[in-house]
Amino acid sequence: MITLLTEPLAYAFMQRGLLAAVLVGIVCALVGTFVVLRGMAFLGDALPHAILPGVAAGYLLGGGARGPVLWGSLIAAIFTALGIGALTRGARIREDSAIGIFFAGMFALGIALISSIRSYAVDLTHFLFGNVLGVTSNDLWLIGALGALVTLTLIAFYKEFMVLSFDARLAATLRLPTNLLENLLLVLIALTIVIALQTVGIALMVAMLVTPAATASLLTNRLHKMMMLAAAIAAFSGVAGLYLSYYASIASGAAIVLVCTACFLLAWAWQSARARMQHAGK
Amino acid sequence: MTLLDRIRSLAHPGAPHADDAPFVRLQNVTARYNGVVALEDIDFELHGGEQVAVVGPNGAGKSTLFKVIAGIHPPSRGTAHMRGSDPRGHICIAYLPQRNEVDWRFPVTVQDVVMMGRVSKMGLFRRPKTAEWRLVDECLRLVDLHELAGRQISELSGGQQQRMFIAQALAQEAELLMMDEPLNGLDAPSQDEVFSILETLKGRGVTVLVAMHDLGLAAQRFDSVLLLNKRLVGYGPPADVFTEAHLRRAYGGHLQMVETPEGTLVLNDTCCDDDTHAH
Repeated sequence: MITLLTEPLAYAFMQRGLLAAVLVGIVCALVGTFVVLRGMAFLGDALPHAILPGVAAGYLLGGGARGPVLWGSLIAAIFTALGIGALTRGARIREDSAIGIFFAGMFALGIALISSIRSYAVDLTHFLFGNVLGVTSNDLWLIGALGALVTLTLIAFYKEFMVLSFDARLAATLRLPTNLLENLLLVLIALTIVIALQTVGIALMVAMLVTPAATASLLTNRLHKMMMLAAAIAAFSGVAGLYLSYYASIASGAAIVLVCTACFLLAWAWQSARARMQHAGK
Repeated sequence: MTLLDRIRSLAHPGAPHADDAPFVRLQNVTARYNGVVALEDIDFELHGGEQVAVVGPNGAGKSTLFKVIAGIHPPSRGTAHMRGSDPRGHICIAYLPQRNEVDWRFPVTVQDVVMMGRVSKMGLFRRPKTAEWRLVDECLRLVDLHELAGRQISELSGGQQQRMFIAQALAQEAELLMMDEPLNGLDAPSQDEVFSILETLKGRGVTVLVAMHDLGLAAQRFDSVLLLNKRLVGYGPPADVFTEAHLRRAYGGHLQMVETPEGTLVLNDTCCDDDTHAH
């Protein structure tokens, strides 16, 4: 049994992958708590897709090197986050329509750019589904630094984000800088997406943002507990997912998301059973 | 002063209060909402400590009026002042949400919601300390909710939900409290609870504006009423404001006047958006 757990750890790529999966999972879950509470799941799906042109441009310009891809995705993520923010505040068009249009258009542009590369299928797959086992120690430093920045910002503005998410009008009458806070939250989501790109990729990113936080929301009634629980679920899913990936030989990003989903289904079943028992007890 | 102190001192101090200025003053206020004129040429002064029922048909601009007074919706013409200055500088204005606007599944307890009223007073990067929690507890006692302080907010009844938000306004040290249809969907005992807390607020000198539909209740429970239909139709004691001419101007065809041996019976239109979320 113990060798089952330790055997994969003999590989350095597995150690780095585990660390990356845990770090990324925690950051995604913390930011994801606000994504879930504010009903931004669709944005959480759209935003990762919309950064594809930035990723592709960085890839093309840098000839496949890591750095330009990262900068490309960072610029695209922040630009898109603030762009969607501005577009949805205009209110000329329904918010979900605006997000849908923006996201599909940007994603198409990204695919168009990538399709000009010869090894189109391989590279697209890499961006879409990530490759956590390919994480380098440089990547790890970057994940750690950006992840710490996002986490500290969330902690620093915890009560302001809570008020803004619960009652935007209260935030306005308390004279909190609501537009600034909303944009800051979008930038935090953008940064999170950039560091999660390598681990789960674009297509499954929404699961990392939404599933652990939604699972935690079934299990607790306090915001700070929801954030901690979501982080714990995401970290566990990262580790369990990578072992699953190792032994079942399945894609790592998919394995992590499958574990997250299983956690959610368990919590959901437990929650509905408890509700039914309380109902029967009355 | 360290940099951190400097940043923390950015916590909102709230605009100074001019003692000689009217509590709230609107001058020639016209406001649009989604491109439609919602308020036209509104001119009135509100005195500190007053409790006023704001009545008028659906779409009369009651919510827009509250937003203009709160400084969260700019008038397209005219000016709004709170104690002599722009309301956007004040942190003593509370505008409570309607119950159907609240996400009751949000993972917060009753005391968390009341603590939200303290956020701008606490300042950036600060966590609530013992003194703050004690104040929140006092506010909850004033509305008789302290025993439910640790409950998740969805466990409250309709009347308790209203009282929680009033406690939040108390924690905010609000001097002006605006409530949008707080009585909607409440049964008579719960309505009485809300009114008894409004009495408590009167004792503390809090100025209160309550938007409501029920003219009878407004006349019975409030010393002053403000009758609105985009324009200000009347403002003063209910007996002076609720005249047939005023009511016809405010409600037009939506109001039926029935002459009975005992006097005029007014049948109010409380239709539609009012009761759909009452259950």
